[in-house]
Amino acid sequence: MKQIVAREEYCIGCRLCEINCIVHRSQSKNIITAFRHEREGLTPSVVVESSGQHNFAVQCRHCADAPCVEACITGAMTRDPETGAVICDTKRCVSCWSCIMVCPAGAVMRGASGKPASKCDQCAGESEPCCVAGCPNAALKWEEVND
Amino acid sequence: MRKWLVQPEFAVERDENRCVQCQACVRQCANDVHAFDSVSNCVISDGSKCVGCHRCATLCPTNAIQIKQVELDFRPNASWTPATIRNLYKQAEGGGVVLAGMGNDKPYRIYWDHLLLNASQVTNPSIDPLREPMELRTFLGAKPDHVHFEKTDGKTHLKTTSKTKLGPQLELQIPVMFSAMSYGSISLNASIALARAAGLAGTFANTGEGGLHKSIFPNADNMIVQVASGRFGVDAAYLNRAAAVEIKIGQGAKPGIGGHLPGNKVDREVSQTRMIPEGSDAISPAPHHDIYSIEDLRQLVFAIKEATRYEKPVSVKIAAVHNIAAIASGCVHAGADIVAIDGFRGGTGAAPLITRDNVGIPIELALASVDTRLREEGIRNRASLVCAGGIRSSGDVIKAIALGADAVYIGTAACVAMGCHLCQKCYTGKCNWGIATQDPTLTRRLNPEVAVQRLTNLLRGWAAEIKEILGGLGVNAIESLRGNREHLRAVGLHENELRILGVKHAGEGA
Amino acid sequence: MHHYHLRDEKDMSGCAISAVMSEEGNRFSGEEIILSITNMHDRSNGLGGGFAAYGIYPDRADKYAIHIMFDTNAAVTAVEQYLSETCDVAHQETIPTRPIDAIRNVPIVRRFFVDISKHMRERYYNETEDDIMVRITMNINRSIEGAFVMSSGKNMGVFKGVGYPEDIGRFFRLEEYEAHTWLSHGRFPTNTSGWWGGAHPFGLLDWAVVHNGEISSYGINRRYLENFGYLCTLHTDTEVIAYLADLLMRKHALPLERACQVLAPPFWSAIGRIEDPEEAETARVLRMVYAGALLNGPFSIVIAHSGGMIGLSDRTKLRPMVAARKDDKLYISSEEAAIREVCASPDTLWHVAGGQPVIGTLKEACHA
Repeated sequence: MKQIVAREEYCIGCRLCEINCIVHRSQSKNIITAFRHEREGLTPSVVVESSGQHNFAVQCRHCADAPCVEACITGAMTRDPETGAVICDTKRCVSCWSCIMVCPAGAVMRGASGKPASKCDQCAGESEPCCVAGCPNAALKWEEVND
Repeated sequence: MRKWLVQPEFAVERDENRCVQCQACVRQCANDVHAFDSVSNCVISDGSKCVGCHRCATLCPTNAIQIKQVELDFRPNASWTPATIRNLYKQAEGGGVVLAGMGNDKPYRIYWDHLLLNASQVTNPSIDPLREPMELRTFLGAKPDHVHFEKTDGKTHLKTTSKTKLGPQLELQIPVMFSAMSYGSISLNASIALARAAGLAGTFANTGEGGLHKSIFPNADNMIVQVASGRFGVDAAYLNRAAAVEIKIGQGAKPGIGGHLPGNKVDREVSQTRMIPEGSDAISPAPHHDIYSIEDLRQLVFAIKEATRYEKPVSVKIAAVHNIAAIASGCVHAGADIVAIDGFRGGTGAAPLITRDNVGIPIELALASVDTRLREEGIRNRASLVCAGGIRSSGDVIKAIALGADAVYIGTAACVAMGCHLCQKCYTGKCNWGIATQDPTLTRRLNPEVAVQRLTNLLRGWAAEIKEILGGLGVNAIESLRGNREHLRAVGLHENELRILGVKHAGEGA
Repeated sequence: MHHYHLRDEKDMSGCAISAVMSEEGNRFSGEEIILSITNMHDRSNGLGGGFAAYGIYPDRADKYAIHIMFDTNAAVTAVEQYLSETCDVAHQETIPTRPIDAIRNVPIVRRFFVDISKHMRERYYNETEDDIMVRITMNINRSIEGAFVMSSGKNMGVFKGVGYPEDIGRFFRLEEYEAHTWLSHGRFPTNTSGWWGGAHPFGLLDWAVVHNGEISSYGINRRYLENFGYLCTLHTDTEVIAYLADLLMRKHALPLERACQVLAPPFWSAIGRIEDPEEAETARVLRMVYAGALLNGPFSIVIAHSGGMIGLSDRTKLRPMVAARKDDKLYISSEEAAIREVCASPDTLWHVAGGQPVIGTLKEACHA
């Protein structure tokens, strides 16, 4: 399946991936509106962790044997049979946070204002995820990965 | 806060209606221009530290940042310009030599912009390069004046004698190479990108005096290795690994000047590559201390040829100075297979401003006089000519070739392709674009994969443009343009300049 | 009055060319070549016509036959003086002409049959007699005002001037000469007024060149030749071709086919497809060493010399060239009609491919 691959050696810690993720998840899809008026309700599903010169964009690995799918008590967390992506059906999520506790990558987050779990859906429907498209140094790549 | 006499050169204008306080600018500026102020809860910018590199403006996701040049208005004075006064303040403050990066930025005449190219009309058909062959392939190296055929068993065969032997050649698919830029003056990522791009485009990159880092070994076939006055990184393996060897006598940005890489930039990798102790200053003397004359140069040329079993062309790079034609001729007589001439607009990582802006001559005049001189002496075939220093576009490449160059070196243009914004602060080691720096937080900003793509795109674009122009001229091989000054006309030049360039004024016929 | 050596304008022209030779060395009248070139009247504009003829001076075959045109009697005197200092002049005479209405502003045309003097041979002891004759020719063209050497080979001569070629042919009474090889040219210059020296063929030693086209590489070809001491004083493409022929075939002794390969080399892509490694290497070396001799731009040319003639067009064939054979005769022309005018049913007739030379060789026996 295709995966977002983060490459630490080229990540410059600019966090444009986070910003692009927020915009993508907004209603308006406009960066200024999203930050001015929708920011409260938006959580990026990629977070750049930085330490000194090292930076790394953390996001869902869409694990082959995903613990979050196992742990989900309502069946909200499922794997899309077509793309292989692990996605969260926010209508069924009851915010029990089991997924957050089991995620080995820390890539599932609480939605803003305590709403359902938030995680990367690889920008389903787009030709490539917006974090990849907007990365200025090609530190994020969208490529076929063997399990 | 301490005030000093040098006033800011740039102001950061932030459009508060667009800024979303994402702080990308804060994270990108190595000069600490931008900072997030937790009291006012917004980003505040200090233009006095800004060098005008545009990194923040480029990365800003809402294009909220403008960098504006600002200058306090002095009382107008044609002699005491703001730049002159500012340098005096700087010098009075520090007492040292004022340093600068990149090339001469003074408004000396740029001859490329006074030369126009020809095109075919009626008497001669132009050629469409999209539909017909158009050859850019170029060979650099010594050629004999003639060949010799012998007839045996009813067929003629090429018979090689010492007089007709073709020397080792560099084969270029496009007559554009990457100039010498050392690992040390530029980052390893930049060095790797130049080497790989040269390989993909079928041309060559030059190590400068930085040695050949092991990560570039796979691209060694596309590398010209330099032997400069500090002899950094030079051993037999280094010479033999490369496609060609270049003896650097001088550099256009700082003729007559050596180099100095401060010890704090000599980390483990640089130390191993240059073969000097970690943390020690890398000092390149002003002259080669074994070359005090032209006959000494001949000894080094042949020492290198011996060391490489006469299998690699040896280039000699010289800065364009007043007596360039005689010096270049001397280099050819000393055995150089390639002579690279570097004009005073050529870039550098660091040079004394006084040298950069006041020493040397324009490359166009130097190139024309060298080509003419070598032809007058009948030795033009014995060496190829490479023109460097201030080649900005494919138009400049074409004009250089028409004046007599076999190929050109590009340094600044290649850096710009990789992201350089010509802020001229290379010597600070704080290049925000990850090019002229060894700071690991900055070097990672230049992903070699991205840089390789951009460099090869540039060369591909230039190749297409050169072919278009050749087709318009009605020639389908680059060698028919080389030294063909009939295809150039000058505008607005004086008779002396026309004579030196060997070019007629626009309006004069064929 | 023309100051030939001061002309600094390159001469561009469209043209007609025609050539006939007997490979057996049978000599025939100039009538045939005049008829052939007349057929292509419309390819010329009356500003230049000319001929070269080989084998026309059998009685003085061992002497250099120098054809010279003069603007003034003073120039004649100066050349006579110069030749008497450098050569042993066996015979000199005015070249016979007949009045033709259309031929005006006629210069003085004379021919000199000479040997190189002993003291010149001693002075230039390491040069061949041909080298010395090149010096003499270039010196006259450069230094004697109002004098211009049309040709300087043995047992051959160039006849040319301003006018349509058929008129020039009659003016010089060429039907009265017999040659084994005839070249002719009708000129259509596009940017210079016609002058007698600018007409084709261009001659040096026994080389004669007729040329249709414009050499876009002229600027570098000229500078390349300067490397080898050739001074291009006339600024015509054709002069450059003649010097290149002399350099490649006489001085560097390249085989004829190889010289043609230098002038119109195969593309690198074609060289890449050559299977024989020795041949591929030869092609590479020739292109590298002789890059400055590549003729670029549209051309079709016929180069003649005492041993035969060569037809060649540029490697993308941007100018016309047709060749034909009938018995011992080889015809090369810009147009098929000009061949059929004098040879209605050739044995073979073909359109010459770009960069592929057509070579006519005089039988060895006839050489001497």
